Amino acid sequence: MRYRFSLRGRGDLTEWRDAARAFLMAGIVPEYIEWRTMDDADGLFGFDENHLPPPHPDCEPMTVSPAFIRLAQAVLCHSDPTRFALLYRMLFRMMHGGVIHGRHLLQMATDPDVVGASRMAKSVGRDYHKMTAFVRFKELPLKEGTAGRRRFISWFEPDHFIIARVAPFFQRRFTDMDWLILTPKGSASWDGETLRTTDEPAEKPDLRDETDELWRTYYASIFNPARLKVKMMTTEMPKKYWKNLPEAELIPGLIANAEANVIEMARKAASEPLPFHHRIQEAAARAPVEPMPIAGTLAALKQEARHCTRCDIHCLATQTVFGDGPPDAKVMFVGEQPGDQEDLAGKPFVGPAGKLFNDVIGEAGIDRRSLYITNAVKHFKYEPRGKRRIHQKPNMGEVRQCRWWLTQELELVRPKLVVAMGATALFALTDMRQKLEDVRGEPIAMEEGRMLFVTVHPSYLLRIPDEGRKAEELARFREDMNRIKRLAA
Amino acid sequence: MKKSLKERLAILSDAAKYDASCASSGTVKRDSSATGGLGSTEGSGICHAYAPDGRCISLLKILLTNFCIYDCAYCINRSSSNVERARFTPEEVIWLTLEFYRRNYIEGLFLSSGIIRSSDHTMEEMVRIARELRTTHNFRGYIHLKSIPEASAHLIEEAGLYADRLSINIELPTDSGISRFAPEKRPDNIRRSMGKLRLKIEEMADPTLQTKRKKTFAPAGQSTQMIVGADGASDATILGTSARLYGSYGLKRVYYSAFSPIPDSSKNLPLIKPPLMREHRLYQADWLYRFYGFEIGEITATQAGGMLDLDLDPKLAWALGHRERFPVDINRAEKEMLLRVPGFGTKTVKGILSSRRFGRLRLDDLKRLGVSLRKVQPFITAEGWTPHRLVDRTDLRAMFEPKPEQLSLL
Repeated sequence: MRYRFSLRGRGDLTEWRDAARAFLMAGIVPEYIEWRTMDDADGLFGFDENHLPPPHPDCEPMTVSPAFIRLAQAVLCHSDPTRFALLYRMLFRMMHGGVIHGRHLLQMATDPDVVGASRMAKSVGRDYHKMTAFVRFKELPLKEGTAGRRRFISWFEPDHFIIARVAPFFQRRFTDMDWLILTPKGSASWDGETLRTTDEPAEKPDLRDETDELWRTYYASIFNPARLKVKMMTTEMPKKYWKNLPEAELIPGLIANAEANVIEMARKAASEPLPFHHRIQEAAARAPVEPMPIAGTLAALKQEARHCTRCDIHCLATQTVFGDGPPDAKVMFVGEQPGDQEDLAGKPFVGPAGKLFNDVIGEAGIDRRSLYITNAVKHFKYEPRGKRRIHQKPNMGEVRQCRWWLTQELELVRPKLVVAMGATALFALTDMRQKLEDVRGEPIAMEEGRMLFVTVHPSYLLRIPDEGRKAEELARFREDMNRIKRLAA
Repeated sequence: MKKSLKERLAILSDAAKYDASCASSGTVKRDSSATGGLGSTEGSGICHAYAPDGRCISLLKILLTNFCIYDCAYCINRSSSNVERARFTPEEVIWLTLEFYRRNYIEGLFLSSGIIRSSDHTMEEMVRIARELRTTHNFRGYIHLKSIPEASAHLIEEAGLYADRLSINIELPTDSGISRFAPEKRPDNIRRSMGKLRLKIEEMADPTLQTKRKKTFAPAGQSTQMIVGADGASDATILGTSARLYGSYGLKRVYYSAFSPIPDSSKNLPLIKPPLMREHRLYQADWLYRFYGFEIGEITATQAGGMLDLDLDPKLAWALGHRERFPVDINRAEKEMLLRVPGFGTKTVKGILSSRRFGRLRLDDLKRLGVSLRKVQPFITAEGWTPHRLVDRTDLRAMFEPKPEQLSLL
């Protein structure tokens, strides 16, 4: 037996779902159902013959995935008359299609039915989006002397039956005003308490709003005539929308005059600046320069290092990360170079390695505030990798260039004990390229009665993958810090 | 005589149009149903209009004032330019934003400003506008503030509480370019400000101990803009700078703005048609870096003089330079390699990966996914399709090049 079924077809899921469920439970194949809407020529009379078959005795309760319901909700808003049959066919295939065509149907992005439904859903999505974009509200002034919520009206012409779908968007957004949106496919309104929608066609009202003139001014001024790209505009804002957009009447004129405006702009040579400009320039010249710290101090050296361009790393990094600590510290720690966090904060040893360093010296009873902490190289060298920066070891040329600063730091702070953490620091301080293990853990005499102590860099400890070895190495590092504490005393 | 609001709107939006960004996306979802106020943001932005320059108009993009004490050569608002000057009061900016929003012209406000008196003074007024929109007027739409690099930390911190996005323009791809064209701006200051902003955003994103909740601070992150074609920097230099900015400061976007002739232009600058195709290619390359697993070096390595090919999109140019990697078997290749096929977007690749579990894919399947077969055919094999050494053809490049076109005069 063949069936004919008529629906209102205004984007409502329930009416289709109830019918589809009954047909499916009766085991009716898609080819035997003719779906109609009340907009069809004889559809209006069709409701009388809406007979649904009784369920098949063997049928079992059915479920469909939420993804299919979401898809169906969107597809049913489309104005294509084949949408009901398409959805029923998909439903039928999902229930009866076996493994391949069965419940995985929606994942088969290349299946003709899935492609067809996705296209319709996409078109509804676009219509929804364009409605949120191109509705223009016009204010209806309140009667003089009356107070209350402000009232706005809009006329819009969507392609599909989306009013009920979009209305909540406008409610969420324009909560503090009353509004009414009229369309040929239904209307929606909000009064601060109730959101109402109907699918009855509305008439286009005659609307006017003074603020449109300001909007047109803005639209014309934000346009750059030197970059005319009309096709791009019409792809995103097709002409069918123009009749309800207050700004669209300007478009032909803006396009026509664009080239002339650009040529006119090019023709005019630059004119002489106004007195305003000269006054500013003079004022800038008179402005007091930043007070320079007294020459020969650590503060002056730090100031000077801010603008260091001795090697190429400087313009890759955020800033010079200079040494930090009291200018008369007894102990100076030297690391390799600032890392990601240090580069942003402008202070040495504030990242993960710095935290480990703080913990270990804290356990050894060393007060970080008493130390002068610096690096062999003062700028962060790295390789960008997506959203991260991968640390890169500075080369010997860069270390030598940066020694210029380290040497002066040593001369000004005059520490009793210098701690080199890692091979780069050791090389920067001594020009020695020795295995760290050979010189680690015992004080080495330097010039001017200074002592050098060599240990590993704390970031080395963070990189050891094996937990057992890591604990061992951490213990050795702790031991080194204890020794430093005794040497400094 | 004082200019009318309309006249000043014309001046102060004209002055703002050289900023490329008008995005209103990427922020948190929020709406007014609980507060009974005005405004919402729903994840993806909305373009409420398009100008004939093809650009989206999503925000009310204006300057608080176009008076400026700086003299940056590329800028229409530089102190030595003779453009008409005007200023809004903060109340006027607030009024325009709300009234435009109520009529659904816009998603929110993008406020920028010339520097008047001092950086802090200017920033203070901008923050005040954002604060009053949020607190006095219960406005929940989008706010983008262009921050002033030299402004004090406390002002930037307050700005982040009210704004969805903060941005600082890097202006030009190299330090030497900035010193040459924007003598009052300091590239290291700009970088330092971006670094501070990233630290602040990360700090606020950490759940607090007491409430275990993240605080809202510039939820749409920070972005920047670079002018293309004003100085001599190559595309490789520009993209290298972008990669560093993305990696260093967690930027959401780097915008490229083809240098566009400005009224009363300085003589040091090229007065030519803006290099729109170059700008487009840079955006494509930027996309390859962020979403397709390409390194900047790979994109520019095969390109003469570090300049992207204007006739071919960068992915196609890369494929033609690496023919040994093709054809790619769409039924077996890894996702990473599928993403490198010219003509496949991220959605297509997702569709292929999902569908091929149920059967071998043919060219027809790709067509149904919306792929242009003409473009992908030489680079793939599929069930029933082998390109017969098509990738070795010497005229392969010519197959994709645009047809010659008569040039038009500026």
